[in-house]
Amino acid sequence: MSQAATHHDTHHEAHHATGITRWLTTTNHKDIGTMYLVFSLIMFFIGGSMAMIIRLELFQPGLQFVNPQFFNSMTTMHALVMIFGAVMPAWTGFANWLVPLMIGAPDMALPRLNNWSFWILPFAFTLLLGTLFMPGGAPAGGWTMYPPLVLQTGEAFPFLIFAVHFMGASSIAGAINIIATVFNMRAPGMTLMKLPLFVWTWIITAFLLIASIPVLAGAVTMLLTDKFFGTSFFNAAGGGDPVMFQHIFWFFGHPEVYILILPAFGIASAIIPTFARKPLFGYSSMVYAAASIAFLSFIVWAHHMFTVGMPLAGELFFMYATVLIAVPTGVKVFNWVATMWQGSMTFETPMLFAIAFVVLFTIGGFSGLMLGVTPVDFQYHDTYFVVAHFHYVLVTGAVYALIAGTYFWLPKWTGHMYDEKLGKLHFWLSTISVNVLFFPQHFLGLAGMPRRIPDYAVQFADWNMVSSIGGFVFGASQLLFVWGIVKCARGGEKATAQVWEGAHGLEWTVPSPAPYHTFSEPPDASTIEGGMR
Amino acid sequence: MQRNVTQSANRRLVVQLLGVTALMFSFGYALVPLYNVFCEVTGLNGKTGQLTQAQADKLLPDKTREITVEFVTGVNAGLPWDFRPLQTKVVVNPGVVTLVSFEMTNRATINMIGQAIPSVAPQTAARYFSKTECFCFTQQPLAAGETKTVPVRFIIDPKLPKDVDRVTLSYTFFEAPQTAQQESNIAGGAPNT
Ligand SMILES: [Cu+2]
Repeated sequence: MSQAATHHDTHHEAHHATGITRWLTTTNHKDIGTMYLVFSLIMFFIGGSMAMIIRLELFQPGLQFVNPQFFNSMTTMHALVMIFGAVMPAWTGFANWLVPLMIGAPDMALPRLNNWSFWILPFAFTLLLGTLFMPGGAPAGGWTMYPPLVLQTGEAFPFLIFAVHFMGASSIAGAINIIATVFNMRAPGMTLMKLPLFVWTWIITAFLLIASIPVLAGAVTMLLTDKFFGTSFFNAAGGGDPVMFQHIFWFFGHPEVYILILPAFGIASAIIPTFARKPLFGYSSMVYAAASIAFLSFIVWAHHMFTVGMPLAGELFFMYATVLIAVPTGVKVFNWVATMWQGSMTFETPMLFAIAFVVLFTIGGFSGLMLGVTPVDFQYHDTYFVVAHFHYVLVTGAVYALIAGTYFWLPKWTGHMYDEKLGKLHFWLSTISVNVLFFPQHFLGLAGMPRRIPDYAVQFADWNMVSSIGGFVFGASQLLFVWGIVKCARGGEKATAQVWEGAHGLEWTVPSPAPYHTFSEPPDASTIEGGMR
Repeated sequence: MQRNVTQSANRRLVVQLLGVTALMFSFGYALVPLYNVFCEVTGLNGKTGQLTQAQADKLLPDKTREITVEFVTGVNAGLPWDFRPLQTKVVVNPGVVTLVSFEMTNRATINMIGQAIPSVAPQTAARYFSKTECFCFTQQPLAAGETKTVPVRFIIDPKLPKDVDRVTLSYTFFEAPQTAQQESNIAGGAPNT
């Protein structure tokens, strides 16, 4: 009997705790996974409403709806909420639900820590969102918190810093838990090179979190002491240097973008083989590619700051290292395409989102290559081209993978099939509108429109209007997503254990919905082998 | 049997991973001195060379080269001072110590302390440009309405890269961090807190 203590605890709660107490005290990985996912969905809509305000103001040149200070708060808060509130917790939610199921473990390795890592988040975001109602307004200096601008934040400033500390603590606790689960809780016979790629990419993500989030915590602590305790880390008058903040921040910031996208690679690697009815092409190269991307992510940070003034050797080094990342990323895209090659493909909603992920993420990858080339970055820096780039990799990249994964595992979570027609409608509306939303922003950026401005010169008017229309449709389409989830949770066609004809993996060997306790006894070797193929 | 093994393995792993977390937190702070060393070595951010007067005396003048040195001054927002170079540029030979002057005035009605931060452009020239005497080495107190002329003595190392024939020395005056407290003391009449 492995993990008998855990097993006993969760049993205890399952039988005695009800209502809100159940959710406050639960240590069950499925409960906690659900809470993470619901939390991130709420944050997705809060961050999304901020994006709608931004697009509304930019619909026409001139100032129509909000004042510039509030506009800047919206861009700042939209980024913080989407990155730390929507995408990161969503990945942790997926990991909570799926990692124990995929490796044949009864629960996460540290169930009580798991409960804590989740419940820190509502506090963190109460602090952060509370700043919207404070004198001086919410933080408006950009999510990157560059000094000296960020030090002009009003009373919200310490709340911003502590919110970041809390979010960081939550992510680090989650990461430690996932590493411990995969290292110590795998079913006998589940060797490392048999792990599903989602587990692999999450393990690599967890190490990135542990190595980079503490650096962010250090950077914001320096901001805090600069503001309130007379230190001069970034204060030129005291011998500090504001540019140094950018170096420290992006030492965290670049690994952070892979924290947001690596689990997406894992999701695509689970969905594409299922609906192509072929094993994943190049499994081990996928693992090594993810690991090399993670390694490279620590030596490319200054590509975010080519324009601050660096020695030529520095500019060249960071350019070459950045462009080098295209190689392992290209391996991944090649493998996904090769998996589909000559497969018996069907196009259910998860597959549609996964294919769109591959195509649109690659567009974002290409614009990233352009930005990584130092001389041209001097033109693109701080323009809408950058905005277009990171929304292609984060919205049609990370968010699309999250949506694909939700449709893919929803029958396993709820026990019902989702409404396929609704799912397809959601897909087509989203995919058309998201391109109408973000593709024109490339043109705006190349034409010179700066980011983070509430008003703009009239020559940018047409594409901004097109982009805003795309934004409104994309925003509204996400209501279909919620409707589909609610409908599926409430009922629908009964899902089988395997759910998808081509699905392989241990999570498809347990009934749908997955029972409250799974793998109390580890699966036997034949189940593991059968699950693999 | 499994259970105890797993639990102690978990505990060991958590301690190790928390160790990595603490290490990376310290690494963030370690980047501060690392960055300063890096800037001094490369001249990044226009950090100037560090020759002392004694070392400067040993340099041999290079009469074959003429370098134009320009002076730029600025005052950071919020500091009500005037600050200007008394000469906008000088032409010097490398290896020769040159004296220039700057003038600063406190327009405020209170005593204030300022700190000037120097920077040299282009970056490739920065570490060959040394100040042997500078008002930026210390904080500068100015009484209300006071005007003061201050000297800078500098020398350019003859090893300055051949393609550089023009160097700009710029200063920005910042309000010294202590001033804020002194201001409140002045405003309060007496430092009785
Ligand atoms: Cu980057």
